[in-house]
Amino acid sequence: MTATACDACLRRTDLIAALAGRIEIEWLGRRGRPQLLALGDEALLEWAGVAEIGARFRGFAAAPARAAIAAAGLSAVCRCEDDYPPGLRDLPDPPAVLHWRGRLPAEDDEAVVIVGARRATAYGTEVAHGLGRSLAAAGLTVVSGMALGIDSAAHAGALEASGRTVAVMACGADRSYPARKQALHRQIAASGAVVSEMPPGFTPFRWAFPARNRTIAALGRATVVVEATERSGSLITADLAMEIGRPVAAVPGPITSTRSAGTNLLLKTGAEVVCGAQDVLDLLFGAGARAAPSRADQEPLSPELRRLFDAVRDGRGSPAELAGDGNALAVAAGLGELEMRGLVRRSMGGTYVAVLG
Amino acid sequence: MALAAVAAFAMDGVESRRVTVEADVRRGLPAFTVVGLADKALREARERVQGAIKNSGYRFPEERLTVNLAPAYLRKVGPSFDLPLALAILAATGQVDATATGTAAFAGELALNGDLRPMRGALAVAQGAHRHGFARIFVPRSRVLEAALVDGIEAVGVDTLTEAVDILAGRAEPRPHPPAPAEMIDADALDLFDVRGHNGLIEAIKVVVAGGHNLHLQGPPGTGKTMLARRLPGLLPPMTREEATEVTRIHSVTGRHRGTGLITQRPFRSPHHTISASGLIGGGATPQPGEITLAHHGVLFLDEWSEFNRGALEALRQPLEDGRVVIVRGQSVLTFPTRCMLVAASNPCPCGMGGNDCRCSAADVARHDRRLSGPLLDRMDVTLYVARPTAEQMQGQVPQTSAAVREAVLGARAVQARRFEGTAVSCNGQMTPRMVRELVAATPAALDALNLLHDREGLSARGYHRVLRLARTVADMEDSERVHPLHVQIASSWRTDAKSMPVAA
Repeated sequence: MTATACDACLRRTDLIAALAGRIEIEWLGRRGRPQLLALGDEALLEWAGVAEIGARFRGFAAAPARAAIAAAGLSAVCRCEDDYPPGLRDLPDPPAVLHWRGRLPAEDDEAVVIVGARRATAYGTEVAHGLGRSLAAAGLTVVSGMALGIDSAAHAGALEASGRTVAVMACGADRSYPARKQALHRQIAASGAVVSEMPPGFTPFRWAFPARNRTIAALGRATVVVEATERSGSLITADLAMEIGRPVAAVPGPITSTRSAGTNLLLKTGAEVVCGAQDVLDLLFGAGARAAPSRADQEPLSPELRRLFDAVRDGRGSPAELAGDGNALAVAAGLGELEMRGLVRRSMGGTYVAVLG
Repeated sequence: MALAAVAAFAMDGVESRRVTVEADVRRGLPAFTVVGLADKALREARERVQGAIKNSGYRFPEERLTVNLAPAYLRKVGPSFDLPLALAILAATGQVDATATGTAAFAGELALNGDLRPMRGALAVAQGAHRHGFARIFVPRSRVLEAALVDGIEAVGVDTLTEAVDILAGRAEPRPHPPAPAEMIDADALDLFDVRGHNGLIEAIKVVVAGGHNLHLQGPPGTGKTMLARRLPGLLPPMTREEATEVTRIHSVTGRHRGTGLITQRPFRSPHHTISASGLIGGGATPQPGEITLAHHGVLFLDEWSEFNRGALEALRQPLEDGRVVIVRGQSVLTFPTRCMLVAASNPCPCGMGGNDCRCSAADVARHDRRLSGPLLDRMDVTLYVARPTAEQMQGQVPQTSAAVREAVLGARAVQARRFEGTAVSCNGQMTPRMVRELVAATPAALDALNLLHDREGLSARGYHRVLRLARTVADMEDSERVHPLHVQIASSWRTDAKSMPVAA
């Protein structure tokens, strides 16, 4: 556990945390990403115009801050240091300090961002989970925000493939937000990193979410949006990624679903289409340069199993639906075999979905 | 004679305990005292008994009258002590021959005019009387068919106090029993044949019933979950005579039986989700059997499972495992039998639509799943998704009849009966983890298949045992001695696991 960050950057982090409430009031009128974070320390102090905060700023002592970081089991690095993740330097307003637990992505780590809505459909979570798993299995680091829905599914997929995954938090990196994802938070810290620009123990204000989205966007080489409404925060991440020149891709969804309106809009305005892990690999490394781990289409299947697998891919989910009037025992056995071969998995209520290839 | 004793029986849970009603008449100011831990209904018996005796044309002693109910420590509840009480008084005052009352036991509530009203628990009383070696049991005529179910004791049905006195005095003969009324529910009324568009589920249901596994039905509202569940008792093998007698006794004690003799239909209980823990497993100041005991030898159906109070569901765990529930109250310890098949139905999410049509927030879905994945999921060997049938399936499919399914069930039950001979369990669904290890006889290849699921799909240790238990039944259906990989594959496609919930949770 090392807190190497310089005094000036720690002081700035403390200042932003102290101003969090005032930034919230300012931000509520504007939405989007908080522009104030681009201001320098003195400009921020002047904007705030509160004597106490000025006094706190000038009286700031770095040693207790470093001790608090260490006590929370975190490490820290600031933008004045060489270890600072280089991708973040592309931002106009890079986080002053990055606090983390786990192992920070190294310079040669290839990271990809998978984000999406919290209120996700079964389709969205399944796709995010599958992409997370396949891309992690292909050696990529999956970066996301650990929110409910798509984000968590992407992390969980990467963990399932025993791959690396990084969660960027809006609260302090030592905390789990949402609180019920504590187990996921622990697992991500163990096999990747949980990071945050805010000091340990920080309770997130609403502006902190779009603010952390810039960190997410900058940590990955490309951003994939899985499911988003037209007002989703993941569109902010996509915008930020585009601003700093990172490619943006989206997973198409039903045109009748409001849950996919945001991603479909991205596609209309020129985002890359992602229909599987291979598309993401092609986008990052050039067509055919790297292959996603092989799946169903390469597997030798008997005609019966192939038919059953195709029926699952067509969306007929439960064993009973798949059996119809036919041989239910054969269908049940076939599903068991397909699952054991890793081609389908059990989803909600005992229904089956095809594993993404 | 100024002292007489008559035998009666008090209900203690679903059992009966012998009680002696002693009446003592002596000189003094007219008074009528009942002692011996009697409840309110029994203390009020003084007024009913006095009225009934006088209105039947007998003499009520205008002297000091004390009635004692022994043993004194046992709480006596309810009005069915009226008849023995009246007869004890008549015997003590010499209006009935005391030797005639000595060889019989009595039960029944009196009306003021001397008529006998229907009573609860006639079967339990008759069983108790037989156990204590009585030759005859007198019960209200409307409940005599129930008492007559006990072999080795003569059940006498009487309509009035006068009739009882006349039979005891030898002035009248007991009348023949009334004919048994037609069964209230026709067994064939609930046939699987009426369930359209769910043929794909029938094989799984066959296995579930054959192994006596607990079942979780999940699916959108209105797809037929309840309809299927209601037909499950009719798929189980017919009850044995002992089972039927036990069920009749339980239902009679709780006043749910109308005196129609033996209950031959397996019970189906479907309590509303607002039920309390004591309503479900039994309880109350005077402990009464709960729904799980009323479902003994039948099916306990929990519709809208996720809406049930968590404490109530938690309370079900131990009775489901032990097959009985022990209720301790200050003065008594009661044991109720609880061997039943648990069937629960739930919607995939709060809005009920599930999948891509779902309109619930992630938090709502997560809350819903947490309620489901709680205390009882471990006890559910099988989860079946009941999808909305298409119009084509509704019209095109020819469903199987309950009789055809029952036949397959009977075959597999015979195999299990041999396996579990001499043990407390009767079917695979009741196997303990240890029995699973010792009795499932899985081939090494089958275990490999299961280990694969365990490693890759995160099957829990409990889930592992559940799949093995179910696979044993799948193998029994085809009378296969070993459990092969095929059986594990089939069982795993119907399994319950925590991960059958959406990843978003």
